[in-house]
Amino acid sequence: MPAFILSRLLQLVPVVLGMTLLAFALARLIPGDPVETMMGERGIDPAHHAAMRHALGLDRPLAVQYLDYLGGVASGDLGRSLVTKAPVLGEFLTVFPATVELSVIAVAFAIAVGLPVGVIAAVRRGSAFDWLAMTASLTGYSMPVFWWGLLLILLFSVHLGWTPVAGRIDVLYDVPPVTGFLLVDTLIARDGAAFASALHHLVLPAIVLGTIPLATIARMTRSAMLEVLQADHIRAARAKGLTSFRVVFVHALRNAMIPVVTVIGLATGTLLAGAILTETIFSWPGVGKWLVEAVRRRDYPVLQGGILLVAGAVVCVNLLVDVLYGLLDPRIRHAAR
Amino acid sequence: MVVRSLAGALLALTMSALVMLARPAAAAPFVYCSEASPEGFNASLFIANTTFDASSRNVFNRLVEFERGSTKLRPALAESWTISPDGRVYTFKLRPGVAFQTTKTFTPSRPFNADDVLYTFLRQWDPNHRDHRLSGGSYEYFNSMDMPKLITAIDKLDDLTVRFTLSQPEAPFLADLAMDFASIFSAEYADAMYAAGTPEKIDQEPVGTGPFQLVGYQKDAVIRYKAHPGYWEGKAALDPLIFAITPDAAVAYAKLKTSECQLIPYPNQADLPAMQRDPDLVVTSQEGLNVAYLAFNTQKKPFDDVRVRRALDLAIDRDAIIAAVYLGAGRKAKNPIPPTLWSYNDAIVDTPYDPAAAKRLLAEAGYPQGFETDIWALPVKRPYAPDSRRTAEMIQADWAKVGVRAVIVSYELGELLKRTKAGEHQTMLFGWTGDNGDPDNFLYTLLGCEAAKDGANRARWCDARFDALVTQAKRTSDVGERTRLYEEAQVVFKQETPWVTIAHSVVSTAMRRNVENYRIDPLGGHLFYGVDLAR
Repeated sequence: MPAFILSRLLQLVPVVLGMTLLAFALARLIPGDPVETMMGERGIDPAHHAAMRHALGLDRPLAVQYLDYLGGVASGDLGRSLVTKAPVLGEFLTVFPATVELSVIAVAFAIAVGLPVGVIAAVRRGSAFDWLAMTASLTGYSMPVFWWGLLLILLFSVHLGWTPVAGRIDVLYDVPPVTGFLLVDTLIARDGAAFASALHHLVLPAIVLGTIPLATIARMTRSAMLEVLQADHIRAARAKGLTSFRVVFVHALRNAMIPVVTVIGLATGTLLAGAILTETIFSWPGVGKWLVEAVRRRDYPVLQGGILLVAGAVVCVNLLVDVLYGLLDPRIRHAAR
Repeated sequence: MVVRSLAGALLALTMSALVMLARPAAAAPFVYCSEASPEGFNASLFIANTTFDASSRNVFNRLVEFERGSTKLRPALAESWTISPDGRVYTFKLRPGVAFQTTKTFTPSRPFNADDVLYTFLRQWDPNHRDHRLSGGSYEYFNSMDMPKLITAIDKLDDLTVRFTLSQPEAPFLADLAMDFASIFSAEYADAMYAAGTPEKIDQEPVGTGPFQLVGYQKDAVIRYKAHPGYWEGKAALDPLIFAITPDAAVAYAKLKTSECQLIPYPNQADLPAMQRDPDLVVTSQEGLNVAYLAFNTQKKPFDDVRVRRALDLAIDRDAIIAAVYLGAGRKAKNPIPPTLWSYNDAIVDTPYDPAAAKRLLAEAGYPQGFETDIWALPVKRPYAPDSRRTAEMIQADWAKVGVRAVIVSYELGELLKRTKAGEHQTMLFGWTGDNGDPDNFLYTLLGCEAAKDGANRARWCDARFDALVTQAKRTSDVGERTRLYEEAQVVFKQETPWVTIAHSVVSTAMRRNVENYRIDPLGGHLFYGVDLAR
């Protein structure tokens, strides 16, 4: 197992290097000048404009800027935001936990609902449940996130008053940030009401963010299960007289899990992208909102650093998925040797 | 089936438990759904309204300030002032006994005095000042108001008297000092933070003399303030004051409906009718101190010919634009300054919508068949222009009727600003929101010859007659004389038509019915001192 993980880690080196180049290039390819964006309607004389670009280090050749950035990355320094002048890594660390917390809950919700729905739909193939579940999941998958979020807010928050509209926690609670994860921090502060408020605020955004992965997981589980249920060893298990529950959830599901885990891994990656919309709707102070603001202001260091860190997180999740494959299926583990 | 109904019951139970538990017990705070995170807490380093709301407008004071809800000046940290007969020396008598805020990191040992005024201005003015380079050290407004050249000396005469000496008479100087960049910092706090090795803290954890003090800030989430107990005008009624950062206007509206916030800054125009019908909400509207216009690049053919400019002015149906783009929440503009500003020349006759006359004028100018041109449109919503692109499309259609074929050009904002500053456009849709309630801030800043050099004058229009009038008005302190000069300048403007003046937009704010005494700030700020919440 350690050798397996090591080989996967080594493959990461060129990936990370490529990511730095991509992050740098993407940030620079967007047209626009941070100084102009900052000044808006206001005039600025050319000398002062040049002085500001110089102060921000934007007048140097691109290659020099890239190498400078690469050197910074190697020593763990991602530079400072052009706007707030705060270190990029520090800003990332204050917004990242919010995104992780939301994503974890969203994925957990997607798995908790998607997996059983997929299994039941496969077992009762062609039933009304199957038809309903697959139609609903296709609808969920196609729903524009922005619209879906507003719809839920209007129904559950404005009309029914069951959930808060937006935010991470009621503004009255001022929980000291220790880990950045509000569910954890409220427990550390031993404030039950604040914990409930944080959980309450998670409900709608987690549903919205979890909808697409849920639909994917449900459909993928169903098709993988259908395939496995036809297999010889399932017939053998049934012939042995095992309970239907054992056959489905132990013998079939574990074999069906490989494609499902892949989908969950990939979904976690797209989740960070989907989070941008969800975070904007729900005023969620996460990475997505932070990056969108950086694009708007042409804040290159934040863009470069942010893209790199998010990409790094996605890579880590996929590494984890690779390891999970090995755990689920010894054949993959051995083949990697 | 059983499983499903059980799960349903469980869900309902959890939900209601959460609703009960999550309801906070303490007294309701005043929550303002602000639209974005501030860039920082030192207004002199930035130019965004959001940043001013979070810092200068509620946490700090200036020597002179605008009266709430107007652009009239009133004494604030300066009790009184005298201006020398030649208009070059301003002497301020400071208000005694004004307390700075006491925060976690700083306890002031003395009240506000001349040292604080000197620190505030010297930091921005003197490149050799200890803190000049702090936090990036670019003072956008100070520079763009030409302060480095204008101010020649700042002297402390005694603890409560400060003297500014200018290089030339400058009538708008007093109004300039009421702007956000001139917010007074504590010199004692700056020294303390410098000694502690954390000088940049003065820009992140502000200490001012204002009505509210910062208690905590979480980026993109929340800014917390409490009322400054020793505020010199008396403690604020709202305590605590919370900014809940809510970027989406539709979501802000939903939060307003559920009382998650009491006031929202920029409601969607389309939501206003529903808000006005809602018995729990109040919508207040006021004409903003702004103008939206189309600038002709007067240095390019055919727009160097005033007949062409007038013809294209005649060809635009601005009433249709007000109805379709502003949804009625705008007023047709005939002058480059809004009617709420003093010296507005109401005697000016507005250009009618007259395509036939436009055609005749074009033929006279040598373009009977029209010509090809472009309209550069802003890619983003601005306070004066809800939809620049849509306006461009309507103008395009109007011009087509007189034979002028225009293509619409749009770039990302920064790129568009850069290219139009370089004069790549033939015509451009643009606008302006006033900074200090002085006509100089529109007429000289946007249309003077100096502005044709630094790019703010997108018409690249330099008219000797107009420039002489607005420059003279800048050098005269007599308001009656200045009014006369500006009124005349508007006559020249109309004759020369460097712009098509399109609209002055109406600014709206929506709030819960129990919010009392809120006044819309014509300068675009959101100020919470003097506001009350009926219980």
